[in-house]
Amino acid sequence: MPALGPHAAFIIAAYVGVALVTFVLIAAVVLNGRAKRRRLRELEKLRRPEARQ
Amino acid sequence: MTGFAAVVRRDIRLAVAAGGDLMTLLLFFVLVGALMPFAVGPDKVLLGRIAPGIVWIAAVLALLLGLDRLFMSDREDGSLRAFRNADIAMEAIVFAKLVAFWLTVILPLLLAVPIHALLLGMSLETLGRTLLSLLIGTPGLMSLGAIGAAITVGLRRGGLIGPVIILPLAVPILIFGIGAVAPPPAPGADRAALFFLAALSLVLSAIAPFAAGLALRLGED
Amino acid sequence: MASTETVRPMRWYDRLGHPGAFLSWSGRLIWPLAGVTVLLFVWGLWLALYGSPEDYQMGATVRIMYIHVPNAWLSQFVYGIMTVAAIGTLVWRHPMADVTMKAAAPLGAVFTLMALFTGSLWGRPTWGTFWEWDGRLTSTLILFFIYLGLIALWAAFDDKLRAARLVAVLTLVGAINIPIIKFSVDWWNTLHQPASVFVAGGPKMPMNILMPLFVMLFAFTFLFLLLQILAMRSEIVTRRIDALQRKMAMEPRA
Repeated sequence: MPALGPHAAFIIAAYVGVALVTFVLIAAVVLNGRAKRRRLRELEKLRRPEARQ
Repeated sequence: MTGFAAVVRRDIRLAVAAGGDLMTLLLFFVLVGALMPFAVGPDKVLLGRIAPGIVWIAAVLALLLGLDRLFMSDREDGSLRAFRNADIAMEAIVFAKLVAFWLTVILPLLLAVPIHALLLGMSLETLGRTLLSLLIGTPGLMSLGAIGAAITVGLRRGGLIGPVIILPLAVPILIFGIGAVAPPPAPGADRAALFFLAALSLVLSAIAPFAAGLALRLGED
Repeated sequence: MASTETVRPMRWYDRLGHPGAFLSWSGRLIWPLAGVTVLLFVWGLWLALYGSPEDYQMGATVRIMYIHVPNAWLSQFVYGIMTVAAIGTLVWRHPMADVTMKAAAPLGAVFTLMALFTGSLWGRPTWGTFWEWDGRLTSTLILFFIYLGLIALWAAFDDKLRAARLVAVLTLVGAINIPIIKFSVDWWNTLHQPASVFVAGGPKMPMNILMPLFVMLFAFTFLFLLLQILAMRSEIVTRRIDALQRKMAMEPRA
């Protein structure tokens, strides 16, 4: 652990907070993408029998 | 030119006919100011000091809420579509509507400011400076709000989305509006604020008809 | 006009601009970008926490600056991207411009929030309060509200295609206002320390403080680029979903 001085709590809070939000953000973007692609596949499967005209 | 005057006259007549809406707006304006002493205590010195700020905030809120109906009623009765095919440009129509709005809504609001002066213990000099800053600042505020009203004209009536997207952008007007009234921290700062306010109002009044006109056209497609 | 058989050869901007084309070339960028981002963060964090000295005035709290400045920079950079995209939407009606704007808005909002969060923590030891209405923090707060307003406007429309052009107008109005807001807020109050990195005549800070700053800056910027590409890909899929649903609603059932 580096010497963080008398205000170590604020430094740690800042880094931990940003790290947390960053990971949540990455997760949100990736999971949203996956959910959308799943939905698209479902819809295309529904459509295929209809498209056979 | 007669087309322009016709739109102004039409809007004034419509506003006078819908007089009830104006009374409600004026009441809202006065109420916001009248509520302040309950929130901060009746200390005359404190109230007198923050009174210009209270009046300005009340004016911003009342103005943005009142602008909501600037284009909505035209959209509902089909006038908006008619305007697009009119002889004069959409921008000129927007400007005409804003002139009418200033006369029929903002002017009455300004006339109601002395009520705030009485309730909040504003000195006569402060009242005068507040009225002057409002006189110079409201065209800019109105123009900014009109852009928001034009963007949101197709959305649900009475929603707050129009005021909400404009409020952060109105901060400079508020800063310079109050700066022109409050005792200046540096000599001449209040005159500087007044000039900045005037410049802002001028620029926004020039931009708004084009931005609002564009937004109205895009919303109709 | 030539016959329907001759097709104009695709220029590079056509290749970029077509959603299908975008999906294919952006897909190949994801893992390389992710790798570079991770490397930059590992290097940057090491430099920020171990490989740099304390500031002689601020002490160890200068380490907060290494994550505050990148987020503050991104909050403005992302708005810049949205502004360029907004012009693309209004002037050229480019579909990828719409997608860029919509994907960037929530990302920009989060980075702005992080800038506020780290700025507040950085200020607490220096100023004694968690919040000060100083010029920079206040301008950043207003920028945050502007981002939220844009996101709210997107959400308020059902027809996202019409929404795009109106959101573009608001984005541009915001872009014009942001310098005015900065000027007015600075006029109103100044407490924040003056910008000491980009000063005419060269940066005032020594190299061993600038290095972690720039590495973290690049790390966060690459992170944004990665997330922006991922979000744009999701947005393209969302538009396909909407189009499909509309088509299916109109087709007669057997």
